[in-house]
Amino acid sequence: MVTSVMIVGVGGQGSLLASKILGKAAMDKGYDVKVSEVHGMSQRGGSVVTYVRFGDKVNSPIIDKGGADYIISFELLEAARYVEFLKPGGQIVTNSQQIDPMPVIAGTAEYPTGLIEKMEAAGAKVDSIDALSLAEEAGSSKASNIVLMGRFSKYVEDISKDEWVKVIENTVPAKFLEMNKKAFELGVNA
Amino acid sequence: MKELMLGNKAIARGLYEAGVCVASSYPGTPSTETTEEAAKYDEIYCEWAPNEKVAMETAFGASRAGKRSYCAMKHVGLNVAADPLFTMSYTGVNAGMVILVADDPGMHSSQNEQDSRHYAIAAKMPMLEPSDSQEAKDFVISAYDISERFDTPVLIKMCTRVAHSQSIVETGERADIPMKEYVKDAGKYVMVPANAKKRHPIVEQRTKDLIAFAEESSLNRVEAGSDTSMGIITSSTSYQYVKEAFGDKYPVLKLGLINPLPVKKIKDFAASVDKLVVVEELDPIIEDYCKALGLTVTGKDVLPLVDEFSQGLIAKALGEPEAPSCKGIEGLPGRPPAMCAGCPHRGMFYVLSKNKITVMGDIGCYTLGATPPLCAIDTTECMGASISSLHGFNKARGAESEKNTVAVIGDSTFMHSGMTGLANIAYNQTNSTVIILDNSITGMTGHQQNPTTGYNLKGDPAGKIDLEALCRAMGINRVRVVDPYNLAEAEQAVKEELAAEEPSVIISRRPCALLKKVKRGEPIQVNPEKCKSCKACMKLGCPAISFKDGHAHVDTTQCFGCKVCSELCKFGAFETMEGETITW
Repeated sequence: MVTSVMIVGVGGQGSLLASKILGKAAMDKGYDVKVSEVHGMSQRGGSVVTYVRFGDKVNSPIIDKGGADYIISFELLEAARYVEFLKPGGQIVTNSQQIDPMPVIAGTAEYPTGLIEKMEAAGAKVDSIDALSLAEEAGSSKASNIVLMGRFSKYVEDISKDEWVKVIENTVPAKFLEMNKKAFELGVNA
Repeated sequence: MKELMLGNKAIARGLYEAGVCVASSYPGTPSTETTEEAAKYDEIYCEWAPNEKVAMETAFGASRAGKRSYCAMKHVGLNVAADPLFTMSYTGVNAGMVILVADDPGMHSSQNEQDSRHYAIAAKMPMLEPSDSQEAKDFVISAYDISERFDTPVLIKMCTRVAHSQSIVETGERADIPMKEYVKDAGKYVMVPANAKKRHPIVEQRTKDLIAFAEESSLNRVEAGSDTSMGIITSSTSYQYVKEAFGDKYPVLKLGLINPLPVKKIKDFAASVDKLVVVEELDPIIEDYCKALGLTVTGKDVLPLVDEFSQGLIAKALGEPEAPSCKGIEGLPGRPPAMCAGCPHRGMFYVLSKNKITVMGDIGCYTLGATPPLCAIDTTECMGASISSLHGFNKARGAESEKNTVAVIGDSTFMHSGMTGLANIAYNQTNSTVIILDNSITGMTGHQQNPTTGYNLKGDPAGKIDLEALCRAMGINRVRVVDPYNLAEAEQAVKEELAAEEPSVIISRRPCALLKKVKRGEPIQVNPEKCKSCKACMKLGCPAISFKDGHAHVDTTQCFGCKVCSELCKFGAFETMEGETITW
């Protein structure tokens, strides 16, 4: 049994840190883990995908169409972009924040409307929260990723909140620890 | 100890455990972190060389001196280093030497999808190919043993999905490898024809010995399967996809030593199954080898020659049903990568685009100048090609293009292989205009130092090459420095240098906005009452500026405060957060 999680967003939103936290939490729990990241060109404000897979034995580090149990998305349009990677009835945990991509900025496309309804019509379950506001409440607009990991933690039954917090303590720099812990907590209770 | 490790970090761990002492590399996605992580071990001297050829020769010098050495590069970097590669195969090594090459199937961050296994075959050099982080570490240690046992540098081939995937690694201790004696040996190290003639048969015998090794080595292993109607030969990340798709159903011959390939092991495996299948990304190298052995094999007749694979792609190609999935949503706008808010390249590209100048581009973040709305770049091939191809373009079209064509190249790329192109301009004289986009760092690969930054790989003060003095010393009389945030200054420089009747260099200098030492400016805002909706500022393609409710709008969380947008506003609509008009 392998759990497959896609973490998606816009380059620079902190998907690498989120995948690191999830990967470590799963490893600490005794699971085999694989995490696949994308570096380089794709990070410059483009669409970014990270795969995290954990279970008794994980072979492939990537996730295919129809292979994801969960999608954690830091931006609404990016959640919609990858919905076909989700198993039917799979769960999306997304930020409601919208970031205009370059075609919208350049005026050649419109930011789509009704995305949550479209994702639900596609067969996904959608949990959307305003992670940016919660992150700002925690002390930094950059902590949306941790807010969303807090929200996602509610779906992973066998990793306790204390275990998540322990991983955060071992991952983020000390000076940002309290802020990140608060962001995680706000995500859990959102 | 067990640790969740990036494939590239596992390579560095392998270097540490193998007792490696010297590493010299040039950054290139997806190989960069191997050297950066190795630098965290005090026992390994690590450096960024100006290019891959220099890196490989440096590592070779260290090997010859008697210490285990390493160099890393991306696939296209091996093209640059191919010259020493082929002759090092003849000389062999003293202490062990490993060359890591990282391919990028799917071109996540590359300009082509070349298959580096061809180099191992052509240079007659052994090549190992790990499939996860544990193997990445273990294969490094094996590679040094092979290097010293068979007297040859050894190639390790990574791909993006092994280099940039994390999996669990069991770490070990560092081996104590004493320095080997250096003995002058012209017959081995001076590759003049008479000596090389004697070395070539040694290389051919070495390949035979390595094939015998490949037959017995645990690097190549057979995994039993319950259904022998099909057997799969595979390696690298494709092995992981095969196991994901089929589990232990079909027997698998998993190859870790990809060159040279075994003969008997493959024939025996083929004989044990009804149908032989080869699963390999990019070119049919294992497949063609099997065919040359007289085997009937399925491979590229059902699997693609392009792009990376996945478990689903392999399962489907071999007749399995597709997994059910949520329906895709059609018609969503794409999100291509873009230059960052505050990127110093943007101002120069705006000037070039506005003046409809033909631009020979190069490799780096600034390649993004080719994307809309700026669309400022005409060509991009390889490191350094902007300058040399500008010279050729101008030789072919003469004064007409000299007045309207430039090359753009980053500081690191200029040091890598732009200098030689400039030497050609200075020597063979075209009135070419070269723009060095000096952002004081190697940007795209994630901020590596280079010979112009004044710091070494570890961030300590180092030698610093003065770009202006260098260009002048090469014979360019017209060298000037501009600030690309100042559009008027940049435009004047471009116009004057294009008009000049001699070669010229413009250094467009401003550090990368993402550098920690660069202080972010205060964000600015648009006064909607002053904004006339002319969209002049939108021509910059800044990700912080969008058009909302009929007016330009600044996303203050993204705005870097460079104020370049305000230079384009004829109506003074950009203001500080306190409401003061920004003036230039």
